[in-house]
Amino acid sequence: MENLQLIIPELFISIMIMFLLLFGVFKKNSSQLVYNLTTVSLVAALVLIINLDTQIKSSLFNNSYNIDSLAIFMKILLILSGIFVMLSSSKYIQISKINKIEYPILILCSILGMMVMISSNDLIVFYMGLELQSLALYVLASFNRDNLLSTEAGLKYFVLSALSSGLLLYGCSLTYGFSETTNFNQILVNTKEIEYGLTFGIVFILVGLAFKISAVPFHMWAPDVYQGSPTSVTVFFALLPKIAALTVFIRFLYIPFYELDDQWQMIIIFLSIASMVFGAVAAIGQKNLKRLIAYSSISHMGYALAGLSTGTTQGVQSSITYITIYLVMNLAFFSCLFMLKRNDEYYENIDDLSGLSKNHPLLSLSLLVVLFSLAGIPPLAGFFAKFYIFVAVINEKMYFLAIVGLLATVIAAFYYLRIIKIIYFDPEKEKFESKHNIGLKFTLVTSTFFILAYFIYPSGIIDIISQININ
Amino acid sequence: MNFPILSSLILLPSIGALFIFFVRSSNSQYQSSKYVALFITLANFFLSLYLWIVFDKSIVDFQFVEEREWISGFVNYKVGVDGISILFILLTTFITPICVITVNATIKNRLKDFLIAILILETFMIGVFCSLDLVVFYLFFEAGLIPMFLIIGIWGGERRVYSAFKFFLYTLLGSVLMLVAIISIYWITGTTDVIKLYELGIDAKYQNLLWLAFFSSFAVKTPMWPVHTWLPDAHVEAPTAGSVLLAAILLKMAGYGFIRFSLGLFPDASLYFVPLVYTLSLIAIIYTSLVALMQEDMKKLIAYSSVAHMGFVTLGIFTMTQQGIEGSIFQMISHGLVSAALFLCVGVVYDRLHTRLINRYGGLVSIMPKYAIVFMVFTLGALGLPGTSGFVGEFLVLMGAFKKNILVATIASLGVILGAAYMLWLYKRIIFGNLINEDVKKMVDLKRFEIVTLWLLVLPIIFFGFYPEPLINSIEVSVANMLDMNNLDKINKLALGE
Repeated sequence: MENLQLIIPELFISIMIMFLLLFGVFKKNSSQLVYNLTTVSLVAALVLIINLDTQIKSSLFNNSYNIDSLAIFMKILLILSGIFVMLSSSKYIQISKINKIEYPILILCSILGMMVMISSNDLIVFYMGLELQSLALYVLASFNRDNLLSTEAGLKYFVLSALSSGLLLYGCSLTYGFSETTNFNQILVNTKEIEYGLTFGIVFILVGLAFKISAVPFHMWAPDVYQGSPTSVTVFFALLPKIAALTVFIRFLYIPFYELDDQWQMIIIFLSIASMVFGAVAAIGQKNLKRLIAYSSISHMGYALAGLSTGTTQGVQSSITYITIYLVMNLAFFSCLFMLKRNDEYYENIDDLSGLSKNHPLLSLSLLVVLFSLAGIPPLAGFFAKFYIFVAVINEKMYFLAIVGLLATVIAAFYYLRIIKIIYFDPEKEKFESKHNIGLKFTLVTSTFFILAYFIYPSGIIDIISQININ
Repeated sequence: MNFPILSSLILLPSIGALFIFFVRSSNSQYQSSKYVALFITLANFFLSLYLWIVFDKSIVDFQFVEEREWISGFVNYKVGVDGISILFILLTTFITPICVITVNATIKNRLKDFLIAILILETFMIGVFCSLDLVVFYLFFEAGLIPMFLIIGIWGGERRVYSAFKFFLYTLLGSVLMLVAIISIYWITGTTDVIKLYELGIDAKYQNLLWLAFFSSFAVKTPMWPVHTWLPDAHVEAPTAGSVLLAAILLKMAGYGFIRFSLGLFPDASLYFVPLVYTLSLIAIIYTSLVALMQEDMKKLIAYSSVAHMGFVTLGIFTMTQQGIEGSIFQMISHGLVSAALFLCVGVVYDRLHTRLINRYGGLVSIMPKYAIVFMVFTLGALGLPGTSGFVGEFLVLMGAFKKNILVATIASLGVILGAAYMLWLYKRIIFGNLINEDVKKMVDLKRFEIVTLWLLVLPIIFFGFYPEPLINSIEVSVANMLDMNNLDKINKLALGE
């Protein structure tokens, strides 16, 4: 029973999934109601998680499921992002006619999967969580099934993701073969000696995970899926799976493979540098905002990986800080995207932003703040995110990584500036609608304020994160 | 005294900007937001003037130091002033209200946004000059890019997009290495607090690389040859107020940084790299003066002359003599006033004729006599005529240079002659000559607010030309301490064989 108490949030979400499924089937035209109930149950789950005792580290179910400070922090982050995504995209799914009852339920399913991933301390539990979230995401990506791009996105994501899951599974089985256990802590104990098979296992697992967070060279799916999926799903893609995948990255690198850091460090550094540089360069030529933000998020994942590559607790903490600030910035960016609406049609090309500042000064100001923050210009939150990463990286004397990363920010600054140029310097176009629902406005205002005011009290988040202990 | 006067100086413009932002905008209220901005910037000026008066010039230490925990256990928000930084703060708070006065004529659209940008920029500029922590300094130093980018991009001329991008990316590229260096300093010494770093010193084996990293940032910002090419573009395309702020204050951040950080933190490396800085400065002085001679665009000419003048500044700083550094600081203040005034003068005629091409003008003396007078003063100030502030700075710099290296000083002196050549030729082509163009004949003389702003600049230029004492007095102790602290004087004397 004690075990069950600690996974009440997961249990609650599972029960809500089943309840809402039945509820939606038996009550006609209840899609909006189910949507709202989903949001409410996410809030309830958040409360349940916050009520858990964060200080005690508990290993449940034969040490295969971890409730520790890392898991709790990441779950709070996950559910909060989930709530904000639901709040901001409710109008969008109505207008794009994808407001079916399955939509919020699939979102709940994938969130449940991610929660399992975040807490997993066992290869099998981890894989189960991964598949639960992936299966829900395949369907979500192609949810707008009458749209050619959306179906293409779903199929593409499915094929490539299945391939990477296969690689991941192969890596898991190799690891199991050489360590004779699936438990993370046991793997650490059993793998004192380096064997080639185990190295292959690590490589396959890392490849699979790199695919999930779209790190170069396993990023090919991201731009198409971001662009093709309905925007409400894209924002989901941009935020939540990244949290889960990064947590799993942390767990794998810092529990089972902690002693083998000379094996994986070079791989992570390579992934990091490739993502930072490629993401920055490839985004320059983009015309579609969603595609551009896909490349931008590839680049951002590179920075998060740079923190992980240090192999120190400080590095992990800087990565967690990075992903937290990244989430807020992307949330603000997508909220702005949801506001580009005219006559029940959403606009997502960069050119549509032309001269936005004349008609919508406040919206443009938010975009300005978000874009400069994404570019990492002080005093906005994005700067601090990068700053912590580089502090951790330079502490390990990895100057090359730091300098490449900083040069990539200069390249990346170019395409963010290009959007700002279009918003502020170019001639104006037709007005967009200025009426938006309260949830969307709330999301935008909160996230923009966070970015803008972060510098006043930067210690807040760092203090919380510095209590996270991995080992 | 517990009143946080420096933080007030930093925050006041931002509060003003917030106020203007939240006041509802309609066309009739544009005027009122201008008065708010003027009031705020003037209040800031008087506050800084008060700071200068109560500032104890005989004490070596930093004064009005405020320290607060900021990023816990890592960086503290720390500000304070010494005799050097207080002058730059004064310059900033003096130039900004002048910019605000001029906006009426030059800014046709989105006046409110422009005022907000200027006020935010003032916050960052003051922050740069009084921060006593490397991270805080970097924060302010970089943050200034955002408002300036917008000022050039939104209110600039035809090629504003290109110029804004060039300005932003050049400066950003230069600065990223400085960030690496700052973080490295933290890991080497365990602090980024400038005062503590002065006491601790940095191991000589790290200094050269760190110096180069800081140099890459400051060289772009100064700007030194060969990374000066963003400056003419940015100046030409920026609106008048933007050019004024850029020339008068933003460029000085780098010179200030050289003194405060390059010299203060890395004395050994600074000594090691003296030949490099001499060479680049001399090229800047001679080459850009020659380029300035050939310019057809007034703003471009003044921009190139700025590069040459900043060449004197870097030269003076790296003579590492009392006179040289004092001269550099004096030259920076003086150039801040003179170049601001020259850009305002260009703005005056540009507003009337909407061209900056020199050959479109000519013979202005007969229709705009008041303009001709003030322009004369500023021209003479720029070429360093005795009796103007420009002379004192250049003279001290050259004196410092002669002490160290006669060849360098001789070449630099040639720059003074070239400076006179291009400035006087510019004056001749615009003010004298025959009144040929029909539309030039219709130009009217200075309006009241133009007279006010320009004479406000004439006064200090002439005053400090005749009586440089107040400024020298303020920096003397701090400069001497800077040299003394790092044994630079002693090293100098050894080098000279005294």
